[in-house]
Amino acid sequence: MMSDTLPDDELEPIEILTLPLDAWHRAKGGRMVEFAGYHMPVQYDGIMAEHLWTRENAGLFDVSHMGQLTFTGTGTGPGVVPALEALMPADIAGLALNRARYSLLLDDEGGILDDLMLTRQADEQVYMVVNGATKYDDIGHMIERLPDEVTLNLMEDHALLALQGPKAVDALVRLIPGVEKMVFMQAGAFDWNGHALWISRSGYTGEDGFEISVPGDAVEALADALVAQPEVKPIGLGARDSLRLEAGLPLYGHDLDPTTTPVMADLGFALFKRRREAGDFPGAARILAEREGGAATKRVGLLVDGRQPVREGAAVVDAAGAAIGRVTSGGFAPSVGAPIAMAYVPAALAAPGTAVQLSQRGKVHHATVAAMPFVPHRYFRGVK
Amino acid sequence: MSRYFTEDHEWIDVDGDIGTVGISDYAQGQLGDIVFVEVPDDGRRIAKGDEAAVVESVKAASDVYSPASGTVLEGNPALVDDPSLVNSDPEGEGWFFKITLSDPAELEELMDETAYAAFVAKL
Repeated sequence: MMSDTLPDDELEPIEILTLPLDAWHRAKGGRMVEFAGYHMPVQYDGIMAEHLWTRENAGLFDVSHMGQLTFTGTGTGPGVVPALEALMPADIAGLALNRARYSLLLDDEGGILDDLMLTRQADEQVYMVVNGATKYDDIGHMIERLPDEVTLNLMEDHALLALQGPKAVDALVRLIPGVEKMVFMQAGAFDWNGHALWISRSGYTGEDGFEISVPGDAVEALADALVAQPEVKPIGLGARDSLRLEAGLPLYGHDLDPTTTPVMADLGFALFKRRREAGDFPGAARILAEREGGAATKRVGLLVDGRQPVREGAAVVDAAGAAIGRVTSGGFAPSVGAPIAMAYVPAALAAPGTAVQLSQRGKVHHATVAAMPFVPHRYFRGVK
Repeated sequence: MSRYFTEDHEWIDVDGDIGTVGISDYAQGQLGDIVFVEVPDDGRRIAKGDEAAVVESVKAASDVYSPASGTVLEGNPALVDDPSLVNSDPEGEGWFFKITLSDPAELEELMDETAYAAFVAKL
């Protein structure tokens, strides 16, 4: 028996780094793999059980490989907000303090260099979380373009935890009262046993939950305190991937890359009205034209017939078997109970309900374009 | 009845000239949650080392190679509806397929249970 897609096969001859929770993961039975240049736990009890636990209870994810950045202005000169707005299509000027927003770092042709979350921490301070595999490229790209008055700090001394699931709030409030008052995409500074935390009510599973920035020397104690709560279990990268896939959330380097634009990726919500009207973000001419006239290809969700997963790299094919698109993520969806995928397909095939054919290892699979998310989002938007 | 193992973590039970093939407990543990199994069609002639079946976990797709040459008698129909049998009982109810052996002498090249246990211990 031979595996052709286990992550272990992707080892590259570079030094693999360790994160502050490395020993903690191993002690908890985490199976470690290389991911984004770090040793990371792919699973503990099993991906299926961890996935379902997170949807019902709360899962603790170590996402310390991601890049945590702060951008600070001097209060003189052009300032942080216009400097960052020049790199992405978000309305940051209109972002209230302690509010978070999803955005996209774009190249001059409108291609996506990374997707990210940014939070306004002060008038002249923005906190940003970028993907682990792209963080150094992002920093290089941004430093080249930021004015001297803006300082970029990579928070290498900080770890990042995500606590996700419908019971995340019940567990976290016991340790850190006040977090329950935040709504989705709200953030704030909190204290835990004398450690300064930055917590936002956000995540990448489609569930309610929190992302917690914590000093590296306190993360093990915080992780222990969290998994001591009856609702919380540690969850690996495998379930993180299946959860975000069901939630319809794209993964950079797979569903997004420099050959895709926000319109192709169906992320039009990230193009804010003021920025569209001004047309003042990178690649605006192309992106606005695509928004008006439609892009040639579009990211869609697929429900795959049968039980066999169709994974990244499979082709979308026409009746004659010619490749007309590509699957960028795919796998068995534990909460759906069937294989699902994301793919780029020609615009004519992008409507939900359209039947498409996929080719993988010489075998044709039938699938249907489906509206995403595959599992409804359950973000906490306040008590109605 | 004797059981043999390959270095690719298949096992084969031999009873007369009938072999029953599956993957080892070690293999299912490495793969994790199994969500799909494709077994060979009845009557298919396979040579030792041929890709005979496919097993897919949440994370990965893997080929299962035949530990011996022969003609497929049947695939395990239970795996179609419940592929997780490979996780729960890999060396029993989770068998993949049965073959009529064409060259039982091939089995001499495989490991017995003791040798396989020693092989796995070194991985």
